[in-house]
Amino acid sequence: MKFEHKDLLGMKQLKREEIELILDTAVPMKDIINRDIKKVPALRGKALVTVFYENSTRTRTSFEIAGKYLSADTVNLAVSTSSVQKGESLRDTIKTIEVMGFDLIVVRHSMSGTPHYISRNTNMRVINAGDGTNEHPTQALLDMFSIKEKKGTLEGLKIAMVGDILHSRVARSNIYGLSQFGCEIRVVGPSTLIPPDIENLGVKSYFSLDQAIDGVDVINVLRIQKERQQRGLFPSLDEYANLYMLSPDKLRRAKDDVMVLHPGPMNRGVEISSALADSTMAVINQQVTNGVAVRMALLFLMMGGSRDEITY
Amino acid sequence: MKLLIKGGRVVDPANDIDAIMDVMVEDGMIKAVEVNILDREGTIVDATGKIVCPGFIDMHVHLREPGYEYKEDIASGTRAAAVGGFTTVCCMPNTDPVIDSAAVAAFVRERAAKSGIVNVLPIGCISKQLAGKELSEMADLVSAGCVAVTDDGQPVSDASLMRNALEYAKMFDLPVLSHCEERSLTHDGQMHEGYYSTIYGLKGIPAAAEEIMIARDIILSELTGSHVHICHASTRGSMNLIRGAKARGANVSCEVTPHHLVLTDEMVGDYDTDTKVNPPLRSTEHLEALRDALLDGTVDCIATDHAPHHLESKDCEYDLAAFGISGLETAVAVIMHFLVDKGHLGWSEMVELFTIGPAEVLGIDKGTLDIDTVADITILDPLAIKTVNPSEFYSKGKNTPFKGMTLKGWPWMTIVKGKIVAQQGQLVNINTKDLI
Repeated sequence: MKFEHKDLLGMKQLKREEIELILDTAVPMKDIINRDIKKVPALRGKALVTVFYENSTRTRTSFEIAGKYLSADTVNLAVSTSSVQKGESLRDTIKTIEVMGFDLIVVRHSMSGTPHYISRNTNMRVINAGDGTNEHPTQALLDMFSIKEKKGTLEGLKIAMVGDILHSRVARSNIYGLSQFGCEIRVVGPSTLIPPDIENLGVKSYFSLDQAIDGVDVINVLRIQKERQQRGLFPSLDEYANLYMLSPDKLRRAKDDVMVLHPGPMNRGVEISSALADSTMAVINQQVTNGVAVRMALLFLMMGGSRDEITY
Repeated sequence: MKLLIKGGRVVDPANDIDAIMDVMVEDGMIKAVEVNILDREGTIVDATGKIVCPGFIDMHVHLREPGYEYKEDIASGTRAAAVGGFTTVCCMPNTDPVIDSAAVAAFVRERAAKSGIVNVLPIGCISKQLAGKELSEMADLVSAGCVAVTDDGQPVSDASLMRNALEYAKMFDLPVLSHCEERSLTHDGQMHEGYYSTIYGLKGIPAAAEEIMIARDIILSELTGSHVHICHASTRGSMNLIRGAKARGANVSCEVTPHHLVLTDEMVGDYDTDTKVNPPLRSTEHLEALRDALLDGTVDCIATDHAPHHLESKDCEYDLAAFGISGLETAVAVIMHFLVDKGHLGWSEMVELFTIGPAEVLGIDKGTLDIDTVADITILDPLAIKTVNPSEFYSKGKNTPFKGMTLKGWPWMTIVKGKIVAQQGQLVNINTKDLI
């Protein structure tokens, strides 16, 4: 089986079998990361560029090292020092990059739909590394990989996502992905941060953290941004923490073997307590490693070949 | 100079005419509307199978001149109007300089006389500089031919200013056209707030933002007794408010746009910036409410809100793209295809919404085939089939979400002051030298 899409713009576009293909391909990729010599020639002669219009620690580095482990040439365009600051249009920036011969562009942008716009204007393959409040497909893939790794399956799990659902591209991508595996998906957060008609996506929404995590297998804690408070969406970080901060003692109603994810970066003491973040229930560091594996799988499938061709 | 339009189905709602008749035009005036006129002098137009109507009026058009000629000018905009089937357009005052003085209004009329090919009626500002602070000199604007006032493009946020505008405009029988938008609710919004804004991750513009200000303006209209006209009403709640106000006898009218009548927010999905418009494309329930309101008299007219933009304003990130749709060249075809051909609207109702409807809102002597009135005539071909191709637009604005759609029913001929200016999508006898 091959990855048939030119681009990965969102989880919305992926069918279940395609998600499984990526997750299955990530398993041998993870082995490579744990080797002494972490390099295979799978993408030798291929070139990818990461273009991040928003700050990022893990996603950008993760794509970069994923490409390098597969022997692709990887370049990062530092937007803050590029011609973008001289007012160059996005279209011109993309064209400039394209004619240097890159095969694939990884883009993050603060505005939803920008990867779709880029996709229409370039022959390079495009991976969406987060666009506005729309999607963050590779985060969803690595979350799903992490869940499957620990639980053995995704099928039928109860999963709660906690926090700012309205502005969360991670939540959206997770919903589109997980809902294809028969998961029961719950979202919980302040009523002002739950988007309209979210239940039409087949998820249940809650205001009470206790109720939302009752009997769940997985909790995905989302980052809360202080600027949302300044925009009047909730009164204070203190009140937010009182109502929605996950800590070990708040997990009593979840399943005993509940696992806790967080896409990072964390606000310790706001959406997650340090005690929980550093506990064995949390898989936050494993998520980062898995992120590299999933991105290796994706780059390989998009620039290399089919899963059957993995010969190492 | 005689022109005889023979054998067409004449639809003139103001005179309750819907029959196969001939129309005789002489020296730019309508001389007769009768069955089988035998006079064979002059030009004869065979309109068999066509629908002959009073000239269509678009009361909401951004011609962009002066100041934004790179988006559109009076020459290009009126050519777009002509091929789109319109004989009269009202141009909005958010130009640069804005139309807040007789001098600018006179300039627009002079340019229209020189380079325009359809009737152009300027609309003046409610507030000086469109700043929303002080009233514009409305007597001055009226003296220069303005037929209404508006701050369109932005709302009159100050309720006191709106009250005073309504009171003051009453002296001149001037309708006040209101762009209804509560900005504190629409801030940074990109599309209609609802299921699809959730899915597409774009900041939503709630229907309530429009409805709140419509409610305010209806209340102020009832307070002052003045005529408020709601621009581009787009929601079910708006229709309910206006319907209720009309039932109470309030002096309220409204327009809806073709795009709000046929397109929905689902279409934003591929982030095509041509779908970005203010008010935004709404959900199906709102679209259906607008269609119902067309039939029960809540809606007075259809207007395009023709908002041409330069390519660069649309060829960019969705959040950065300008709001607006270039509508003059598709409006009539869109209504014929999606509403009339599909049976939602009769010919007479459609013609009314494009002719006597807007004429009555503005209080102008147009929109009929009355004998001895100016011969502005629109002829429709209900069977013509054509695909919308923006690169063929006369408008400089190629920004249309209807691109690529194949529509059945197109304007066939446009006659302004007795002169044929457009036929089958092409200009007729028009010097194109002005088109730069």
